[in-house]
Order: sequence, then C-alpha cells, then structure tokens
Amino acid sequence: MKLQFAERPERSLARQVILPLAAVVVTLGITSTAVVGAGANPLTAFRKILFTPLSSRFGWFEMLVSATPLILTGTAVVVAFSCGYYSIGAEGQLTAGAITATWVGIRLGGWPTPLAIVAMVGAGALGGVLWALPPALLRVRFGIDEVVTTLLLNPVATLVVSGLLNGPWRNSTTHYPESDPIAGPARLPRLFDRSRLHLGLILAVAVAVAVWFVLSRTVTGLRARAIGQAAHAARFAGLRVERTMLGAALASGAIAGLAGMNDVAGTQFKLSEGLADGKGYTGIVIATLAGLTIVGVVGGAILLGLVKMGSTSASRSLGVPSQIAEIITGCLLLVTVALMVLKRYRIRLVRGGGRR
Amino acid sequence: MRPPEADHPPAVRLSGITKRYGGLVANDQVSLHVERGEILGLLGENGAGKSTLMRVLYGLTTPDAGSIEVDGHPVRMSSPAAARRAGIGMVTQHFSLVGPMTVAENVTLGATPRWIDRRALESSVRQAAERVGLPVDPTRRIDDLGVGERQRVEILKALVNDCRVLILDEPTAVLTPVEVVGLFATIRRLTEAGLAVVIISHKLHEIRALCDRVAVLHRGRLVGTSSLSDVDDDELVALMVGGHHSTVPTERTEPPTEQPAAEPAPGKRLAHPERSDTALAVAAVVVEAPGSGGRRVLDRVTIAVGRGEIVGVAGVSGNGQTELVEVLCGMRRVASGSVHVGATNVTNASPAQVIAAGLGRLAEDRHGAIVPELSVAHNLVLERLGQFRRGWRLDETAITRHAERMIEQFAIRAEPHTRLGTLSGGNMQKVLLARMLSGDPVGLVVAQPTRGLDLHATAYIRAQLVAARQRGAGILLVSEDLDELLSVADRLVVLSEGRIAGELAAAQATAETVGAIMAGAA
Repeated sequence: MKLQFAERPERSLARQVILPLAAVVVTLGITSTAVVGAGANPLTAFRKILFTPLSSRFGWFEMLVSATPLILTGTAVVVAFSCGYYSIGAEGQLTAGAITATWVGIRLGGWPTPLAIVAMVGAGALGGVLWALPPALLRVRFGIDEVVTTLLLNPVATLVVSGLLNGPWRNSTTHYPESDPIAGPARLPRLFDRSRLHLGLILAVAVAVAVWFVLSRTVTGLRARAIGQAAHAARFAGLRVERTMLGAALASGAIAGLAGMNDVAGTQFKLSEGLADGKGYTGIVIATLAGLTIVGVVGGAILLGLVKMGSTSASRSLGVPSQIAEIITGCLLLVTVALMVLKRYRIRLVRGGGRR
Repeated sequence: MRPPEADHPPAVRLSGITKRYGGLVANDQVSLHVERGEILGLLGENGAGKSTLMRVLYGLTTPDAGSIEVDGHPVRMSSPAAARRAGIGMVTQHFSLVGPMTVAENVTLGATPRWIDRRALESSVRQAAERVGLPVDPTRRIDDLGVGERQRVEILKALVNDCRVLILDEPTAVLTPVEVVGLFATIRRLTEAGLAVVIISHKLHEIRALCDRVAVLHRGRLVGTSSLSDVDDDELVALMVGGHHSTVPTERTEPPTEQPAAEPAPGKRLAHPERSDTALAVAAVVVEAPGSGGRRVLDRVTIAVGRGEIVGVAGVSGNGQTELVEVLCGMRRVASGSVHVGATNVTNASPAQVIAAGLGRLAEDRHGAIVPELSVAHNLVLERLGQFRRGWRLDETAITRHAERMIEQFAIRAEPHTRLGTLSGGNMQKVLLARMLSGDPVGLVVAQPTRGLDLHATAYIRAQLVAARQRGAGILLVSEDLDELLSVADRLVVLSEGRIAGELAAAQATAETVGAIMAGAA
C-alpha cells in the first residue's frame, strides 16, 4: 500500500476556503492534547480562547490591536514569497524597523503630529529595508540562498537591541534596559476612547490593500508573480528577474519594518527587549495559511491575534500556560503546510505498489 | 577481432526484446549478442531505440517481451542492482557521482561496507585502478575533477563491481578530442582482458575506429549487424537513416490557405527602412562549456538567414544545437563572434533586447517558456507587457481582447483566463507560437517545434512557419526530425560537434546526403 499524488487540473475556490478552515480544526484537535496535559478541559479552554474575548467591546478592539502587526508581517511575507524570494527574515526586519523608529521617535518632541507620523513611517520602513538589503544582494548577485541568510540575521537584530538597551540607549531616568519614551507627537493616535486601538490598524490595512492592488492589477505585480512561479520562463520572456526580486525583497523588508514601528509607536511607546516576540515568524504562518492571498492574510492575522489575546486571558482563568498560543501557532503552520499539498494534488491510496 | 568461440556462450545475449511506450514501439523484437572481449557499436539516429535497449539490459526499464542471458544463463534484470550482480555495468551520459565525496568513496558507494576505514578504502580503490589501468587519485573530490576524469571514475565504479559487460552510452559526447583518444585506449585494454563492451553512438567514425562489430537500429528494429570490416560507411548510413525509401523527394508543405495572423498591410514593410535583407545572422560564434577549461560546444559557427527564408539546422542533438538556440534567445553568452537580428547587433544582449530587436523565439523546452500558474492571456503578453499597460496598471481589457484574437487566429482550445498549465502540449505550443508571431518579428528561431505533438498540431505548426516565411520573416529552424526540415526548409546546415559540418540546398537534400554529413562521412 502506498500513497500516490496526482496533480489536480484546476484550482477551486472552495478548496482555497475549506482547506485553511480544516487546518484550524485539525490544529485545535492536536493542541487539545497539550491543554489536557495542562489539566484543563479543551472545550472550555478553546471557548475561553476563541469566543470569550469576543463578548466585549474591549475584546474586539484588543484582538485588532494584536492583529495589526500580524497583518503587516503576513503581507510582507506575501510580497517576498509571491516573487519566489523565500525570506524568513520578517522577524529581524521588524526588529530593525523598531530600532530606527525608536531612534527617530525619541527626538520628535514638539513636532506637529502628522509630520512626526510620516517621519516614523519612513524610519520604520527604512530600518526594514536596511536589514533586508544584505541577504537580497547576496541572493541576486551571487545566488546565495536567502532562506539561510535572512533567518540567521534575525537573532543578530535581537542582539543589536540588547546591546543598545544595555549600553547607549539605556533609559536615562529609570536606568532600566529600555529606551527613552517615544515623544508624544510620534505616537500613533488612538482611534477610540477607552481602547488601545490605534492608527496602525488603518495603516496596516492600507498597506495590505496597496499590496493586493500591486500584485493583482499592475504590470510590476504580474512580473513579480511570473518570476515567482517560473523564473526561467520569466527570464526567457525578457523580464529582469534579479531587479524585480531585489525590489520584492526590499518592499517586503519595508513592510516588516513598519510592523516594528507600529509596535514602538502604537502600543509600547519605547524599545524593549523581546519586542518582536515571534510576530515575524507568525507572518510566515499567516501567509502560508492564506495561500499568499491578501484577504487570507487579514483573516489569518485576526484569527491568530485572537488566539494570542485569548490565551493570555484563558491562562489567567484556567491555569493553562499562555504559551498555548505559540503551540497553536506552530502547530497551525505544520498542519497548513501538510494540507497545502491537497490544494495541488489529489492523494490516492494504491494497493500493492511495486516499482514505478 | 577474435573469432567467436563456438563452445563459449556469448557474454550477453538479448532475445526478442520488445518495449512499447503507448503506441510507440521503442524496441521491436531486437535480438543481439556480445562476445567476450568484443566491442560492439550500437548505431542509430536519435529515437532509434538504442538507449531503451541498453536500459532494458541494465534493468532500468522492464521490457514487454524478450529474454536476457548472461554467460548462457537466463537472467531477469529487475533492477540495476540485479544487473550489476549479473555482471553488467553501465556508464550513462549523466554521471551518477556525488560531487563533494572523494573518488574512493564514490567508487565504493554501491557496496559500502558497514564500517568505513578510509585508508583501506583508498588503497583498495588505488589497487583496483592500477589493475584495470585507469589512473585516478582515489583521494580527490569529484567536484575537483574534469569531465574525462569523472568518466574514468564511472568506469572504475562499474569495474570494481566485477562487471563483465560494460555499456557506455555516448561516452564521447562530453569529451575533448584528446580525452576521446585516452578513452578508446582504455576500452581496448579492458577488452583484451576479456571484458565485453557495448558503445552507443551516432558518430560513424568513432564506431569504425573502435569497434569490432556494429549493430544498427532504426525505429526500434534491428536492421543489421555486421563485422565492421564487411561493411562500408555508405551502407551504414543507408541503414541508419532507414534504407532506400527516403530517396524519394519529400513533399513540401504548402502555405495554408487561410492566413492565420493578420496580413501585414502593403505599406507596412516600408515602415521599417532599417531592415536589411538578412533577418538574423550569427558570425564566427564560439561558446565554451562552463567549467570545461575551454571545450567548445560551438566552434566558429556562422549562419545567415535571409528574409523570407527558412534555414534548417540538422544534426543529432548534443552537437551544439541547444547552445546555438540559447545564444540567439539571449539566454547564453558567447566567448567570441557576433549575433545580429536584422541590422541590430544583439551579441550577448538580454532576452528583452533580443525581443525588441524583432526576434521571435520558440524554445526547445516549451515548459521552460511558459508560466503554468498564469492565464493564457497573461502568458500571451508576457514578452510585451509595455504595450498592455495604462500607467502602472495592467490594461486587462486590452489583454483579454488580444488573447481572444490569438485564440481565434491560432485555433487554441482555451479561454483567455484558463490557467496555461492545464492545456495540452499542442495548445501550449500554439500559445507560444501566437506569442512569438504576434510581435511581427523580423527573424524567428524555432527549436524542435513539433516534438511530442500529435499529427494535427504538427501539421498546423509547420504551416504557420511557412506562412511566416511568406510574410517575409527569416526563420532558423532547429530540428532532429529530418522529415520536418526537408518539408519546410529552403536550405540546410548540419551541425556536428559544434561545427558546421556541411550545408546544402533543400532541393539536393535527401535523407542520405544529410545523414552522411551527420554521421561525419561526407
């Protein structure tokens, strides 16, 4: 008995929707063993994680606060992956964007708010671009695998933050290892009273919509997709593969950098250690789960934002460790990748087997 | 040549081997034997079934009928491992060596002991190498070796497995002339020690220089075996290209009655006053194989294609055709020489520049030219996106309209938004043909345009090429299918070992004259 993979001739929309939902269900099934291990009832736990937060206005807003940086990192990954550039570096680019945004943000006291926010956006994007540049150049110039280089730069960014916060950037009044606070005008304005929900959400959705438009409606987007799906054919057709890929890599870095800016200017108001907290890697989970579609990224970011927030409150009431959020996220990636095979292939069990 | 000893069974005897792939009979009742100490040449055109027969012998392919005897004992070759146990060794054109590992490790890879003692391994490989007279240093890494040395390692690998029949599939295709001399000396020495050797080749002079006996395959059938001293080159060429039926002049394909692409307006050509009479030209082009230390895969090749002319490039693939097409397509750099499309110099230009100069291209590997995930419409405009944009945006209306027009003109069975990957090979090729011709090209380079297509699609695509010629395009047509070349080309050049081996007008070309040049006998 063996498995046989037959390619499906057509992509169906239903399968695009059903498969991610199936992935979520399977993931909850698998992670319930961890919940049982922690001594809680899985049904209660999942109700606390997925439904309880949505019973209050506060819960809805907090879910969106958690989702905001994930929309950005998920979109960043879509940009890179669509062009066949398999960057794992959103985590480091996010951190770099947070560093540059902080450097600018603590100096903007007295600026008019709109101008300060434009400066913050520029600074965050620039940090992400700078962190994305070396691996991208190595890839297009020398063909060095970007998966390895982008991944290895992530802990470097974390260590740079540590170095800064324990050295020159240490808080000048409290002497804690965290930066001076972001100046008032550089903080992203709140959208509603009595809620942390801030301008970052609108920025993130705007970026996502812009990326959707570029990828699906513009000449550049078509070129990028052609290169991502068949680089040789694209080169043969006269497309400039290296240049386009470099552009996608840097755009991806810029968007991930914005996620870092979003955190320091929208929720933390300072640079602190552990700021990235896996949000870059979660972006990969979301983009994969979404099948590299922007609609899927927004949906996936909201789902995982909910999981993140819900498991924090569930851990308080049920005694389940809040790391259950990471377990769910990690598990979801593995299940998603496994189920993605079904999108392209029909799997049959073949009796007997034998050669060929 | 030693006389076969009657009391000695042959080293290998193949009886009635038949192998079908769908409707195609790759081997039809082939019976063949090789004596000990004998070198048998297996001669035939591409697709004649040589490789299939040897794959059957080496256990890579299971035959539909027939049997194999080794030293008089029937053997079932169920896998290469079984073949090796029976004493059969094979060196294919693509080596199966592990680059980062040493010679010694590679040679013993097939039979690695549980415990590896590097020293003992190396000294045993060194001894084996000396015994069979193949000088290689067992401590060197495969990545550091040249092609000729790698081939020696492959042969050594077969021999240490106690092989008594060695199959070499086109062993000289990757070698420089000096290395060929060395290889032949090695093979002769090995046969003196009793090894039986089968060499697959389509180069007549090599077979004559090396072999005792020759077997000729044509379209899957064994059409003759003979001692080489009993047969002359003309007879062999006649056997290879299929006997005497092809002396009949081949019918020429007439241009189609319906004009498929838009007929250029009468004044249109005058709009290109810079167009010269030459549509495309390569002059003294030299291409070196990467990492080969200067082995030339194209050696001072000069071809000029006039407007309204189809020049066919004949020859067995692997003799520089692929590289010639890649050079023209802007996908490979030349070491020296020049390339022109019309009056534009496109030497070492990018694909975009080549397209802009007015070259239409139909590549050998059609799957390397399409984006299967994109729609038919998007694939059709991929080369000329600049003409289908409104500012930043794609002009989807114009793209769809263009696709509808192409689908109708070229009878493509698809909708504009069908994913290209779902189309049949013939329809994919029509999409690429439409993309190539819609740019009103000055010159066309077309490689193996009908390979793997059914009769209908084949006829259609040939007719389109003839129609493009009528409209004034100059076409360089590279094909392994001699009938195809004879039916549409005005003139033929024959590429052999990276050089132009001969040139002749289509009127004088017959399967024999072309075949003789191909086989290096002209």
